[in-house]
Amino acid sequence: MKNISPISGPHTHTSNSINMIMLKVMFALLPATIFGIYLFGWPALILFTITILSAILSEIFCLYLAGKPIKLFLFDGSAILTGWLLAMTLPPWSPWWIGVVGSVFAIVVGKHVFGGIGQNIFNPAMLARVVLLISFPLEMTTWINPYPLNSLITPDFFESLKIIFLSETPVDFVSGASILGNIRTELGLGHELVNIISANSDHSNLVTGFIKGSMGETSGLLILAGGLLLIAQRIISWHIPAAMIGTVAILAFAFNLVNPEQYSGPWIQVFSGGVILGAFFIATDLVTSPNSPLGKIIFGSGCGLLVYIIRTWGGFPEGVAFAVILMNAMTPMIDYYIRPIIYGYKTKNVPLVYDENRISASINTDKE
Amino acid sequence: MFSVAIVSLTLLAFLLGLILGVAAKYLKVESDPLVSQIEDMLPGSQCGQCGFPGCKPAAKAIAHGESEVTICPPGGRSLASQLASLLGIEVDLSKVVDKPPMYAQVSEATCIGCTRCFKVCPTDAIIGGPKQIHAVFKDACTGCEACVDVCPTECLQMHIIETTLSSWTWPKPNTKALPPPIAA
Amino acid sequence: MKLFRFKGGVHPEANKIATGCKSITPFPIPDRLYLSVQQHIGAPAKTEVEIGQHVLKGELLAASQGMISAPIHAPTSGVVVDITEHTAPHPSGLPVRMIVIEPDGKDTWTKLDKIEQPFSLTPEEIAARVGEAGIVGLGGATFPSAVKLNLGKDNKIYTLIINGGECEPYLTCDDQLMRHRAEGIVDGIRLMLHGLQAPRALIAIEDNKPTAIKAMQKACEDIESIDVVVIPNLYPMGSEKQMIHLLTGMDIPAGKRSTDIGVLVHNVGTAYAVHRAIRYGEPLVSRIVTIGGKAIREPQNIDVPLGTLVSDLIEFCGGYKEKAERVLMGGPMMGQALPTTDVPIVKGSSGIIALTAKEIEQQQMMPCIRCGSCVNVCPCGLLPLEMANRARKGDIEGAQEFGLMDCISCGSCSYVCPSHIPLVQYFNYSKGIVASQQKEKTHQNEIRLLAQQRTERIEREKIAKAEAAAKRKAAREAKKAQKARELTS
Repeated sequence: MKNISPISGPHTHTSNSINMIMLKVMFALLPATIFGIYLFGWPALILFTITILSAILSEIFCLYLAGKPIKLFLFDGSAILTGWLLAMTLPPWSPWWIGVVGSVFAIVVGKHVFGGIGQNIFNPAMLARVVLLISFPLEMTTWINPYPLNSLITPDFFESLKIIFLSETPVDFVSGASILGNIRTELGLGHELVNIISANSDHSNLVTGFIKGSMGETSGLLILAGGLLLIAQRIISWHIPAAMIGTVAILAFAFNLVNPEQYSGPWIQVFSGGVILGAFFIATDLVTSPNSPLGKIIFGSGCGLLVYIIRTWGGFPEGVAFAVILMNAMTPMIDYYIRPIIYGYKTKNVPLVYDENRISASINTDKE
Repeated sequence: MFSVAIVSLTLLAFLLGLILGVAAKYLKVESDPLVSQIEDMLPGSQCGQCGFPGCKPAAKAIAHGESEVTICPPGGRSLASQLASLLGIEVDLSKVVDKPPMYAQVSEATCIGCTRCFKVCPTDAIIGGPKQIHAVFKDACTGCEACVDVCPTECLQMHIIETTLSSWTWPKPNTKALPPPIAA
Repeated sequence: MKLFRFKGGVHPEANKIATGCKSITPFPIPDRLYLSVQQHIGAPAKTEVEIGQHVLKGELLAASQGMISAPIHAPTSGVVVDITEHTAPHPSGLPVRMIVIEPDGKDTWTKLDKIEQPFSLTPEEIAARVGEAGIVGLGGATFPSAVKLNLGKDNKIYTLIINGGECEPYLTCDDQLMRHRAEGIVDGIRLMLHGLQAPRALIAIEDNKPTAIKAMQKACEDIESIDVVVIPNLYPMGSEKQMIHLLTGMDIPAGKRSTDIGVLVHNVGTAYAVHRAIRYGEPLVSRIVTIGGKAIREPQNIDVPLGTLVSDLIEFCGGYKEKAERVLMGGPMMGQALPTTDVPIVKGSSGIIALTAKEIEQQQMMPCIRCGSCVNVCPCGLLPLEMANRARKGDIEGAQEFGLMDCISCGSCSYVCPSHIPLVQYFNYSKGIVASQQKEKTHQNEIRLLAQQRTERIEREKIAKAEAAAKRKAAREAKKAQKARELTS
């Protein structure tokens, strides 16, 4: 019981640990992932597995190079979660090398180049997605129609292997633009929004999720449920999701009110694209988001603002990845300037001052 | 069209250069504040271990780059690195040995009362008269060892200042709680 | 009564069931008692007895030194067998001067100065008697209570808060004190109110102590100026800053004391000690200690004479039933890990908790993942992750900029950190560096002054020598001139 070197308190602890947090996040993502796999069939599952496996292998390789204990860091679950989130944002039938390149970039450049876990400035999954989007725009904007596992037309296992590994998609399977991409192209052609929406069958399925998109985009309600579960478990706080979704919704509502022909309404803006996934799982990434409540609200609002701007006036139909990365760059500055008020102070470096009336009034509290 | 650009840019460059030259002459910062700044950072006990006859000449030498920032033994590593960052230079701290704080003590059995020691003590920390046993005020001793050098009977010894309950501080947490890195 | 909740705080497992219902056990007089001269904040007490001297219970062993100090009294009658350096109950394991007494078994009190009408004493007399009795903050802070009572002179105190929170897990000593000695505590509170000239006292008790609440309410039901307030069970509710905020809605302004906002906080144990000291003339010679933790065979609350060795106490409780990974003095959140059990109980020892490895839940330390859990639980509104990251890099000024000196070291942040980073130890380490830097600066200024004085002294001597030489020369010249005149005349 002798201590060799003095140990300071506290001498007790919660059983919380990093891998418990990661596991809880993965559990919250599970319903949406299962739905996504059901929706897009075997190829989605194969791509999902490849992406995560590449993440794990790159993590092992980087840990080995850095001389860090592999088992300890691998099993904290952060690499698996990065791969999982990346897979949720990829087109479900992408070629296998998209998943591999994305994962490797996310883990090696997005995480380990900065110093490993806890040191990265940018969200690794989003960094990888942005790189893939810019480098391989065709593959990254080819959104397959849903072909659920229990429907008549769905690729079987061997066909799925061919789709993913050989990029041989049979002509039975149709792909197209996502909702946002469709709106953008049609608006560019001068069509009115009302007609665009009625022409696209996906809009009626927006809530149920049977639409074209990545696994994280489609099942909005399930992602929302998972996000609320995370808030209830106190892994993330409500500030960033509320600020981000709120900003997107308010901006969309305002612009839609002014010019309903040009600007889509809040419902479409929030439920399509990866806004809900981004708000609950990506922008709230612990390492890259601010620490203080006010900082989180500013961060979330900034993300929402950038998402709306990029979608409406920017060059891409989908802006969540860019918005998150841009706000991640602002996080250190937000953290430096915006701090909670310390006990005994009114504002930063200004101590509280009470006048005599307040001090003597401290005894006039009502008895219950 | 090009000539307009060339002329205007040349004029601009000339004008900016003129402003810089004027500023360099009339807004020049005196270099003396550096010497007094360094002198404030030095211990100020005028012990002479650096080889200079006091802290002010040593500060002057350091400010003018004639001496290394590592010349002050009582200052140790922390002083050397502070001076290096003040002057904006690199310093190799590996040679600087941080001696633990020490104080001198007279061994009463061998003191002959020759008075040589208190004459050289820079802070008058030694008391005692001729032919009387001397003693050192522990709190006033800077550990400069000037007295040890002149004592004929070698009755002055340096002792390490022990940590007591009131001076003890917490050590830095051991980050090697992480298992050591595997040699790659 | 309206309560003003503060942000943050944690809910550690209380673990108070094992000792919660155990009444106060008296402790038989041990073989040896070790009285440390430093059982309080401030200057150590000066030994007033000699080896071989026979002392009675309550006799002065060491006198207080200076403004902030407290005396030490003999916990039982016996002979002073040694005055020596012995291991202090401190994580460093460094020694401190202790007076060792061998009890004679008779436990005879010295002549006690009982007061029949304590309320006829002036406030100054009350503070003086509290000081003479060696009473210090028994919640663990050990600040001399007489000094605190005297603060009432400079600032008007409107509310005296009596801290019956006991938010630390495992500890039940204050709970038992309130259950069984409620009248004594209330009498002590009334004496303190008189000493402070304060109009009102609030006894704050956490809601997990219903029996204690009832007992205290009954004891003060007829007294207008004293009320019991039930406060929610949260750690660190018992911290002075948080308790004042909860009850009054005011923060202690940065850099100021609680008396600057008209509030003073004392522990229930201190109130009881004041009662014994003023009414019965008894100095502080014993206290209630909770011996707990899953490693102890028979956990209980014991009325321990000061100076009893921790090893004796653990033996009295049946020894260990499981391997004790750490033995703490205090609670598990802010208590100190003892390097050995061969150390004595001091005035601030509220508990001896022997924890098994399972209770400590220490896991492998991982890098900070910036999850912000520490920010959510910090009761002082600080950013522990920023301070610790800077402290790790040696940027102590940066850590201070983020509020290092406002940290109360409650341990809530380390408690929740998923990476198991020893945040509080980083802060203690940084605060230590700041303290030693300040000491170093003061010392350097003094040295500089001494060196300057020496230079001036040498200058003065030079001038004096020159003047004396000039005078002698002038005298010689005058004599020569005088002689020359005599010759020629």
